[in-house]
Amino acid sequence: MLTYLIRRLILVLPVAFGVSVICFLLVQIAPGDPLTAIMPVDATAEEQDAMRAAYGLDKPLPIQYAIWIGNLVQGDMGKSIATGRPVAGEVFGAVQNSLLLAVSAAVIAFPIGTALGFLAGYFRDTLVDRGVTAISIAGVSVPNYWLGIVLVIIFSVNLGWLPSMGAGPGGSSEWQWNWEHMRHLVLPAVTLAVVPIGIVARTVRALAGDILSQDFVDALYAKGMSRVDVLRHVARNAAATALSVMGLQLGYLLGGSILIETVFNWPGSGFLLSNAIFQRDLPLLQGTILVLALFFVAMNLIVDVAQAAIDPRIQRT
Amino acid sequence: MALTDTTGGQAVEPAPIEKPQGYWSGVGARLVRDPLTMICAGVVLALILAAVFAPLLGLADPYKGSMIARLKPLGTEGHILGTDEQGRDMLARLIYGGRLTLFIGLMPVVLAFFIGSALGITAGYVGGLTNTIIMRTVDVFFAFPSVLLAIAISGALGAGIVNSLVSLTIVFIPPITRVAEAVTSGVRALDYIDAARATGANAWTVIRVHVIGNVLSPIFVYATSLTSVCMILAAGLSFLGIGVRPPEPEWGLMLNTLRSAIYVNPWLSALPGVMIFITSLCLNLLSDGLRSAMNVRD
Amino acid sequence: MSVTETYAPSADTGGPGQPLLIVRDLQKHFPVSGGLLGRTQAKVQAVDRVSFSVKKGETLGIVGESGCGKSTTAKLLIGLTEKDRGEIIFDGHALGERLSLKDLRRGVQMVFQDSYATLNPRLTILDSVAFGAQVQGLADPKCLARKMMDRVGLDPNRFAHRYPHELSGGQRQRVNIARALAMSPRLVVLDEAVSALDKSVEAQVLNLLGDLRAEFGLTYIFISHDLNVVRFISDRILVMYLGEVVEVAPVDSIWAEQAHPYTRSLFSAMPSMDPDDRTKEPPLVGDPPNPINPPKGCRFHTRCRFAAEACKTKVPKLAGLSGNADHLVACHLHDAASGHPKAGQGVPA
Repeated sequence: MLTYLIRRLILVLPVAFGVSVICFLLVQIAPGDPLTAIMPVDATAEEQDAMRAAYGLDKPLPIQYAIWIGNLVQGDMGKSIATGRPVAGEVFGAVQNSLLLAVSAAVIAFPIGTALGFLAGYFRDTLVDRGVTAISIAGVSVPNYWLGIVLVIIFSVNLGWLPSMGAGPGGSSEWQWNWEHMRHLVLPAVTLAVVPIGIVARTVRALAGDILSQDFVDALYAKGMSRVDVLRHVARNAAATALSVMGLQLGYLLGGSILIETVFNWPGSGFLLSNAIFQRDLPLLQGTILVLALFFVAMNLIVDVAQAAIDPRIQRT
Repeated sequence: MALTDTTGGQAVEPAPIEKPQGYWSGVGARLVRDPLTMICAGVVLALILAAVFAPLLGLADPYKGSMIARLKPLGTEGHILGTDEQGRDMLARLIYGGRLTLFIGLMPVVLAFFIGSALGITAGYVGGLTNTIIMRTVDVFFAFPSVLLAIAISGALGAGIVNSLVSLTIVFIPPITRVAEAVTSGVRALDYIDAARATGANAWTVIRVHVIGNVLSPIFVYATSLTSVCMILAAGLSFLGIGVRPPEPEWGLMLNTLRSAIYVNPWLSALPGVMIFITSLCLNLLSDGLRSAMNVRD
Repeated sequence: MSVTETYAPSADTGGPGQPLLIVRDLQKHFPVSGGLLGRTQAKVQAVDRVSFSVKKGETLGIVGESGCGKSTTAKLLIGLTEKDRGEIIFDGHALGERLSLKDLRRGVQMVFQDSYATLNPRLTILDSVAFGAQVQGLADPKCLARKMMDRVGLDPNRFAHRYPHELSGGQRQRVNIARALAMSPRLVVLDEAVSALDKSVEAQVLNLLGDLRAEFGLTYIFISHDLNVVRFISDRILVMYLGEVVEVAPVDSIWAEQAHPYTRSLFSAMPSMDPDDRTKEPPLVGDPPNPINPPKGCRFHTRCRFAAEACKTKVPKLAGLSGNADHLVACHLHDAASGHPKAGQGVPA
């Protein structure tokens, strides 16, 4: 297990390096000069060069990358061009809000998805199965930003039950654990939960169906085991795979919430990202994406290790 | 020769009818017997045809607005699906909107299918260092959730149709490459590849004759399963304002501009999303149907 | 024009005395990776120090337990697996020097065991048979393929446009033979080519192979685990154990006397039709040792009844028997200078 853990950690390093290179290159592929936004319109050629030198932009790309990564490991992700504040602070504040949303969505999605998938797998080829399959296909096919709008129309516009914007009353972005704030969480979390419900249900259905059709289930029945006991066996066998799918989904929820955050004006990383894009705030864009991607990498790592801990067969591959 | 010789009296045994049961005829036969898949194929085809031949359908001008006829509700005289926030006919905009939405929603998968297959088949067949370089690069892209990667690249490049195509193609190359590599290294280990190599054929000839025919259908089925996600993402980019620019009709962009109308005419503002949903649902079901017709296991 | 006339093997360059194939000191070790960084941790010594030659027109049978390196040797001969070391000399030309891989593959063809897995499921029979001829640039490959199909007993009008899954195992193996012969090879390596077939079909295919050998002047390397089949078709027999050659001899000679203890066990494990000729030798016990760490010295010593100290340290050399120079064996019992207590006495009865 320890060998596996170390090997897996070593494998993460090149990926993390690659991620940082891609994030670095994002700024390079952006059209126009990254300094246009802060450069005085009437700056002379010398002033422009001086400014470029001040930001290290006159150096060759590998050197620029080295400087950037050097600052990065010290926690310095540069300054936002729009606000002048350090990128790191802005990103971590926003990521907290995104994480809250993602975890809430996961808390809604995973039990529902698992239950649905289990029912479908157990009652395979019945009406229940077909119903669940329909739900899960609809779940993975629905554009969730549209679903968000539909939910707002129903629950905010027509029924007036829930707020449609922001993370708290009066546009407050400071999260508090009270009903006024939690009301704001309901619609975005439900919206975000729909896709993972479909995916988890689909996965669990396949797992349960596969395992139930295996010979050893027949053997368990033959041994006189009760239905409940058989179900418990099935659940344990499926746990490793289901867990890995859920772990990945949690990563996707965090990285994929940008559209939903835009719909609901949720002050998370996605919202920050879309602001960064429109204000051409490239350091902020770069920093946000880097943090989200590294979070996703870490999530993958945790999932792999957890999966290997549950099912030791995996360590061998 | 003997096939046309009907006078030959020595034919004791009637020549069996030559009925080659090819792979694709089997797939076609199974597809035709699957009503749900056929319906979905019909819907997608109808949407594409309507979009392509939109000018021939006698619709209103999708760009011509009217200050006095803004946000007319569904069922209005002359505007069966109402009008948008600038008074433009919704039906016309939804049908014309299919042009860009479907193009940007499907084209990246087509491009990624070719590029990803080429990369994956090369990596899987050649192996060694080539494989390591290609697949480790792919791994890095897998560190980004697809939505995030699409938004990151589109966000950096800026809005525009070409930029959307580029960013979505980049998003879908790695998963297709990974599947192509896995399938190809599986086929590479089979005896008939050894038998083909034993003839003295070079790598390209073996790939062309013996590998591609056996790996393309699982890769193709996998690629079709990505079209639904790609549609949603493409419209999502426009919804965020980093895809198609106004005043072009595009479902994601329309959904965005109509958000201002949810208090005035809520159901009208949800219409473009219905189009995205229907298309993406049909693409998903179509892909599932193809998968079972082609006997591809995932 | 009959297929015999269109059969166009590459020219005989070495003359009748030149062996068609000489293999010298062939070696292949497969790396086994694992551990922290996935580095090579060990090597499976699949083929080691293998040397032999095949005369023009003869059939050399190769026998041994599964995993002894028979199939790897076959794949090395035709370059499907890259050799670590050793020489492959085809009709006087060494591979990699005066002979390209493509030319070697023109002269040497292979028929594999699994008749289904060796046929591309997406190609028609005709396309599969014609592929090699096409690759080698022979004239009118499709016509050639049809003729060769006819020759191996498959009516081209019935089978040309069928797919592999529509054929029986025997028919598919005929396809594989036709495919190999469509390239007009001079040497055909048959790797367990009849092992998967029913006994009646096996006999038909063996007879076909015999006819084809006579008609096209072919040389065969016939790999099998079935001693009776090998005896039926071969002129000489080569015995392998754990990647090494332990004995090579003409069929009659080895049937009369198995000079290596391993060969003797192998032969005694073979069921006999004659009640008086039933097993005298106790059969081999246990599995062959792990080829990752084969035993030092003589690799057979761990399972050999006659093993002595010398066998554990010294690698025996392949050498002719004192009375019969054509009968080669690698065993200290036959080498007077080996240091074995019973050196030079031969295998005790």
